[in-house]
Amino acid sequence: MTARVLKPEEYYIENEPYYESIGDEIEVFEAAYRQKLPVLLKGPTGCGKTRFMEHIAWRLQKPLITVSCHDDLTASDLVGRYLVKGGETTWVDGPLASAVRAGGICYLDEIVEARKDTMVVIHPLADDRRVLPVEKLGELLEAPDEFCLAISYNPGYQSVLKDLKQSTRQRFVALEFDYPGAELETNIIVKETGINHELASKLVKFAHMTRNLKGSGLEEGASTRLLVHAAKLITDDVSPVTACHCAIAQALTDDTEMLVAINELSSSLF
Amino acid sequence: MAARPPLTALEIEQQLDSLLDVEFSFLKTAAPAAILAGLERQEQDYIITWVQRVASTNIQLAYQFITHAVDALDSMDKRIIEAWALHAMDTYDQTGLYKALEVIRTVRNFVQLSHERNAGAVFEEQVGVLGHFAHGLSGRKLKLAEAEITYTDTETIYLPPLLAHLPTPDQNFLLYKALVALLWAQTRFGTFRIKLSDQLQQQPEPENFLALFQSLETLRLEACLERELPGLFRDMQTLKTSLAQNNLPAAYQSLAKRLAQADTTAEDVLQLTCEQFGKLQPLPPLCYQPSLQIEEVEACMAKRIEMEKIRVRVNLAKILEEMQKENRAFEQQEHKFDIKKIPDPTTPDGFQIELTLDDQPIAPPEEVKVLSNSIIQDLGDIPDEYLVPAGEGEYDPRVFEDKQQDPDDVWTGTYHEEGAFLYKEWDYRRQHYRKNWCAVREVNITPVYDDFVDSTLHKYSGLVKHLRKTFEAMRDEDRLLKRQVYGDGVDIDALVEALADAHDGSEMSDRLFTRMHRVERNIAVVFMVDMSGSTKGWINEAERESLVLLSETLETLGDRYAIYGFSGLARKRCEIYRIKEFDEPYNEEIKARISGIQPKDYTRMGFAVRHLSHILNEVEARTRILITLSDGKPDDYDSYRGDYGIEDTRRALLEARREGIHPYCITIDREARDYLPHMYGPAAYTVIDEVRQLPLKVSDIYRRLTT
Ligand SMILES: Nc1ncnc2c1ncn2[C@@H]1O[C@H](COP(=O)(O)OP(=O)(O)OP(=O)(O)O)[C@@H](O)[C@H]1O
Ligand SMILES: [Mg+2]
Repeated sequence: MTARVLKPEEYYIENEPYYESIGDEIEVFEAAYRQKLPVLLKGPTGCGKTRFMEHIAWRLQKPLITVSCHDDLTASDLVGRYLVKGGETTWVDGPLASAVRAGGICYLDEIVEARKDTMVVIHPLADDRRVLPVEKLGELLEAPDEFCLAISYNPGYQSVLKDLKQSTRQRFVALEFDYPGAELETNIIVKETGINHELASKLVKFAHMTRNLKGSGLEEGASTRLLVHAAKLITDDVSPVTACHCAIAQALTDDTEMLVAINELSSSLF
Repeated sequence: MAARPPLTALEIEQQLDSLLDVEFSFLKTAAPAAILAGLERQEQDYIITWVQRVASTNIQLAYQFITHAVDALDSMDKRIIEAWALHAMDTYDQTGLYKALEVIRTVRNFVQLSHERNAGAVFEEQVGVLGHFAHGLSGRKLKLAEAEITYTDTETIYLPPLLAHLPTPDQNFLLYKALVALLWAQTRFGTFRIKLSDQLQQQPEPENFLALFQSLETLRLEACLERELPGLFRDMQTLKTSLAQNNLPAAYQSLAKRLAQADTTAEDVLQLTCEQFGKLQPLPPLCYQPSLQIEEVEACMAKRIEMEKIRVRVNLAKILEEMQKENRAFEQQEHKFDIKKIPDPTTPDGFQIELTLDDQPIAPPEEVKVLSNSIIQDLGDIPDEYLVPAGEGEYDPRVFEDKQQDPDDVWTGTYHEEGAFLYKEWDYRRQHYRKNWCAVREVNITPVYDDFVDSTLHKYSGLVKHLRKTFEAMRDEDRLLKRQVYGDGVDIDALVEALADAHDGSEMSDRLFTRMHRVERNIAVVFMVDMSGSTKGWINEAERESLVLLSETLETLGDRYAIYGFSGLARKRCEIYRIKEFDEPYNEEIKARISGIQPKDYTRMGFAVRHLSHILNEVEARTRILITLSDGKPDDYDSYRGDYGIEDTRRALLEARREGIHPYCITIDREARDYLPHMYGPAAYTVIDEVRQLPLKVSDIYRRLTT
């Protein structure tokens, strides 16, 4: 078997990605898209932001180019750089530039992780100029109407260092995401994994227990993603308590006392 | 190696006599010594060590300990003897000798000796896990604390220091867990929504009435737990079975069914109790049936209810205020708020909070949500009088804001500990911590606006210039890295070379790029400055000068820093002086505070290390440093002198290290005393023997520390 190889700008999503909408986020995103406004997705990890973007890309039938930002990400990583090929230097577009050229959707995940100086390269793209300066080529790349910029940001890490600058955040239409309500979250788990409804709702209850612990021992509670993981293990005949331990508790913390406590919670529930 | 021979009765007696100060206390040690003489040497040493530890707290207590311990020896294992002794010492710390002696004397209750295997679970060992467990459950967050009886006042769950009803530690832990769950269920499922004290007053036999109510209420709560935490409920059944408590008398069977219905309330249980009282005998309490302390519950609730009412009303007033700010046309008068419970079976509470203003739903602020949930937990609903926004000046804002009270006010009251941070302290004689021992407050320094800073800068102007230059070179900087495998620009030199190589036919390097690399320092540092009385004079001045120079350099460097002073007057008056907090800029005010640093009381160090570690840990940084500036030996008015203070300081530094902080101690001490290596062992340290050198050296030390 071979994996399919695609250029990022050719990455069209063919089948509808399952996304359960929580409020009016789809309508708002589409309106922003029509009005050529960039969008900021706020929300904790694993609450469906990436899935939402895939769903949107499918709806709009535009290629989706995702960049996960990290603290080494430079402006050239986004825009492009010279490479040497066969003894000659040639220019290679970075993902942001390819997305602009292709008129696709560029999604910069966890934007605050990127270096501060990297973040400003998106500024001219994110205001009404809609251009990407490519300094090395001495060019300005003008974005076509189809191009769309979206970034994500988790305000939960209340760290002084990882705050989004006002000059950045004030360029974006913000959509707030959070873990879905219990009923919706249960449905999501059922649909994603085929687990039965009763176990799914217990998993959600368990998630709420861990979310109660946020701030008193845990940095974050269990995300929808972790619940999906646990549910998948359970459908493969792992006992619920073990699944909660391996897929959720261990993912949340290394603190042994906390691990025991979370285990006690899950064994109380199942 | 041959086992050491046991001590003789006489030898033991001599040791005990000296530990217990028999010369003055006239205690008789012959009898316990005779019993100890029959033990192995190891056992003897063990008991004598514990006598010594208890004696460091109180001699009478130690005497009682030894007389009772010899009786209990064969029936208890060591872990339990230790828990018992420590509990007695804690009781002594908290409530005095009388209560502590009681703990010692009731050793037979302490562990139910009937069961042989001594497989108890100890509160102190389990409190971490149980605390997280309790927080994970929904509703108001409950704290855990130790007490002789098991109950809750609706904010704290009190549990016994040790549980040993069941044969294994696991089962006894389970019993703790069940107790926590049941007490949580009391607060969560409305046991206290009825005013039991009113009922009991009308009853001729209040105790029996309460016992019957408890039997029935426990059945209701068990059913709640069965629905909510089925796994735990199954475990609770096995607990009952192992204690033969699982047979419900026939008269209770049908009642139990009724009580198990989801919509049964505590009110219904009360009704049922009234109906059945006199006809039905209360059941013997189940192993996980807590006691009800009605008075404490009602006092605690009354206080909270009053407070939460104020807070809700103030919050509503704030909402109106905001609305007016946004929209000038918005009238402040005559608006109607409402908070409703919208049933939603899918949420953990079974409902959601909806806040409306003039029948239009608005998003409730987080605080209103939390408050509403807590109020509903207490009262079942939000009463109308809660929905009237607070008028201007109607409440003293200090009543409801979590603001710290003025330490001086607190000191004059009876509750010395109210509003303070409580920290443990290490008692080396006990080889254990004294819990919540130091009451620590942060207080402000009165700024003194004078020319101290300017004249210091002038005095050291040459040094300042030098420091600026040195430290500028250490700043975060972008460095251009050459000959990189990838990068932002082409390294022309490398490329030319490579092309030439290619021409020659030799292998071409792929290191052809230049790349900017940011070297980030990402350091947070706290300076902890000795403000004890002994710093009066030169040392104080040197400290202040050092802080001025340090601030200058750190401003150049861009590292985040905070400065605090510390001093103490006995354990209940430990003070931390705010000189510069992390988020404060270095400005005239800060300079005036540095100038205003004055010698205060004694040098109690442990609490300061603990408190400042705590502050430091809240800051996001790759490297955290705690630098203490002091003039040597810890010393305080109570027993903090000598080894006690040295050992506690050492401990606190160890704790800091364990939390990933780098402690560093700078001491001004002409004699370079021999305890320093031991005390500062967990930290790195420098001793400066000439006070005047301090300002010249600190910046240099800091530079070495961070490069
Ligand atoms: N509304 C939703 N509809 C469908 N699936 C969802 C939804 N929310 C969460 N999920 C599930 O949760 C998983 C994690 O979501 P996703 O990867 O989108 O999180 P994220 O918000 O992008 O997290 P991160 O910030 O860590 O990247 C998805 O794979 C999906 O299974
Ligand atoms: Mg994602």
